[in-house]
Amino acid sequence: MPVVERGEKIAFKNAAERTLQDGQMRRNLRHATTVIRGKREIVVNEIDDWQELREQAKQIKTKALKNLPRLLEQLEENVKKAGGQVHWARDADEASDIVKQLAKQSGAQEVVKIKSMTTEEINLNRVLADEGIQAIETDLAELIIQLGNDESTHIVVPSVHWNRDQIRELFVREFNQPELTNNPPELANAARAYLRRKFLTAKVAVSGANFAVAETGSVGIVESEGNGRMCLTLPETLISVMGIEKVIPTWEELSPILELLPRSATGERMNPYTSIWSGTRENDGPKNFHLVLLDNGRTDILKDSVARETLHCIRCGACLNICPVYRRTGGQAYQSPYSGPIGAIFSPQIWRSERHFAHLPFASSLCGACADVCPVKIPIPRILTQLRYRMKRQSGQAGFFERFAIGLVTWFFMREQRFAWLLKLAKFGQVPFKRKDKLASVPLMGAWFEARDLPAVADETFRDWWKKNKS
Amino acid sequence: MQVLCAELGIQIVKVGLFLACFNESLFPETGKSVVKILEQLNCEVDFPLAQTCCGQLQYNSGFQEHTLALARRFVDIFAPYDAVVSPSSSCTHMVKEVFLQLAEDFNDHDFELKVRNLAQKTWEFTEFLVDKLKVTKLGAYYPHTVTYHATCSSSLGLKLDDRPLRLLKQVEGLELVEMESANECCGFGGTFAVKNKEVSTAMLQDKIAAIEAVDVKYCVAVDNSCLMHIGGGLSKKNSEIEVIHLADILASRKEEI
Ligand code: SF4
Repeated sequence: MPVVERGEKIAFKNAAERTLQDGQMRRNLRHATTVIRGKREIVVNEIDDWQELREQAKQIKTKALKNLPRLLEQLEENVKKAGGQVHWARDADEASDIVKQLAKQSGAQEVVKIKSMTTEEINLNRVLADEGIQAIETDLAELIIQLGNDESTHIVVPSVHWNRDQIRELFVREFNQPELTNNPPELANAARAYLRRKFLTAKVAVSGANFAVAETGSVGIVESEGNGRMCLTLPETLISVMGIEKVIPTWEELSPILELLPRSATGERMNPYTSIWSGTRENDGPKNFHLVLLDNGRTDILKDSVARETLHCIRCGACLNICPVYRRTGGQAYQSPYSGPIGAIFSPQIWRSERHFAHLPFASSLCGACADVCPVKIPIPRILTQLRYRMKRQSGQAGFFERFAIGLVTWFFMREQRFAWLLKLAKFGQVPFKRKDKLASVPLMGAWFEARDLPAVADETFRDWWKKNKS
Repeated sequence: MQVLCAELGIQIVKVGLFLACFNESLFPETGKSVVKILEQLNCEVDFPLAQTCCGQLQYNSGFQEHTLALARRFVDIFAPYDAVVSPSSSCTHMVKEVFLQLAEDFNDHDFELKVRNLAQKTWEFTEFLVDKLKVTKLGAYYPHTVTYHATCSSSLGLKLDDRPLRLLKQVEGLELVEMESANECCGFGGTFAVKNKEVSTAMLQDKIAAIEAVDVKYCVAVDNSCLMHIGGGLSKKNSEIEVIHLADILASRKEEI
């Protein structure tokens, strides 16, 4: 069912060509993102010091990343003290392997999952399935994707491109309930009934983490539905996979982030469920707790002083909802769990050897709406151009034509006289293509002229006019 | 107007006009309009002929060294003026923000000092009128219905807010109609329009649909680059609607029609 599959590894442009044809997806996505944006705007505007909060959060993240090695050690120590175990994973394979081994040890055939980006990043569901262990997604939107054999299109609401009629159809089929209507509460109830049975029987739960607090070794999840709370309390074993950048030094520093996140993500003042746990407790919650700390390219990101801020992301999805590119192509064109503007900067940095991701930093008009809305002020356009720069420096042969063209244009621009020649050259060269004062098509520039004309170079350029009349 | 300026105590400002390469060649009228308006407001306008391009194309394509070479050249050319004014917000944004980032990235302190000095006296055209010269009423006359497209560089990059609209609202005879999602990107983005033409075209088509949904004769903006994109799309589908730079509206006078 997905229009583009994650493993296809094609250039963004080719993937987008396909997703753009999907009119139903585009209508659903446009509608859903408009609704979320409207809600976000209301709850953001009612906070007087929103801009200060953003700045505060940015500072907190900057500081935390600066002290990352120390904070991670502190976190490890405190998690262990509280009865949990900590595992370090250099990359995705190591992380999924750790989870797989732990699940196998518990003898579980099924694990229940809380919606999590990192487990998507490490492709956990597939790795477990190969071992004969079924991962059950318990987040409603994620469940829809799983039952529908689809791919996520949004980091907060994976099934944002599904409308309720489509969801009803799916549930009727999957739950065998022909009497279902497309009324959202009714649909949610059907999913709830299905999930309850899973919660009560599962021995192992897998989660991600929205944050961890180093000073107490606590890990936290924010969610809207309560399914996460079920996963965190009922099963015997809890395995949480967390990107190393999610650690915060103290509880106090967590507060601005918890204020920014729900408002930015779902337009709620507060998310209905915030679960925080520290290790294990007797007769309460899981008996075994494992924290898997995932690097997967993150320490490399830290080395770039500009792109480093990519790791400030709190995964709210606000940049997706506002992005004019994402809103048209949808998330599948990005071929990664991370889509939209954050995906365009994150995927090429954590999967450096995947050539198709090198196209992502160019998949933006650099309009800047993402940076404007981002609750932690990540300068996404600046990081996009930084990555473009890095990629151009790496792409030897492939970029030869562009390198030559840009070099030539720059050569013309380096001297006044050369620029004057360039203008003359253009005026002369355009003659065969000129129709009145416009150019309707020019060889080698078909990509532009398919949908657009171009004004012709004026008979009298401003320079000529100025020389004649003013100087 | 000159009398008014004198009364308000506005001194003669020596302005270096930074027109931008595409304006010089494709939209010379906009340059003339800017000169006309600034001169009426008692500015002494100079167009340094050594200027070429700010390097935006190079920068957005990932060629930072090329951009830096052009930027170093640029700051020397415009250093002598009291103010540098440009009718292109994306190019103004290059000078005010990107040049500084380049100086930091390449650790060039000498260049950084020059950029800081230049950035604080560089203005986008409408910003210069409203904030520096403190005028919104210019005696313009333009008896047409128009809709305003808030370009990304002007609204998100430079945060011009309602400055362009305040100027437009003072134009006699002009009827302003608001389009839907007026501040959403038109899909230009320099080479993006070519490298990702399908997405760019999808964005352009939505922008054109929003413009056509309101009954206007012109689409106005403060960036000719975006207008070239939108206008190119309108013209390709033989639409009656045309595009016009805000400066060209502000320079229209009743007696000249
Ligand atoms: S980059 Fe910013 S806006 Fe986008 S998901 Fe991350 S925190 Fe949210």
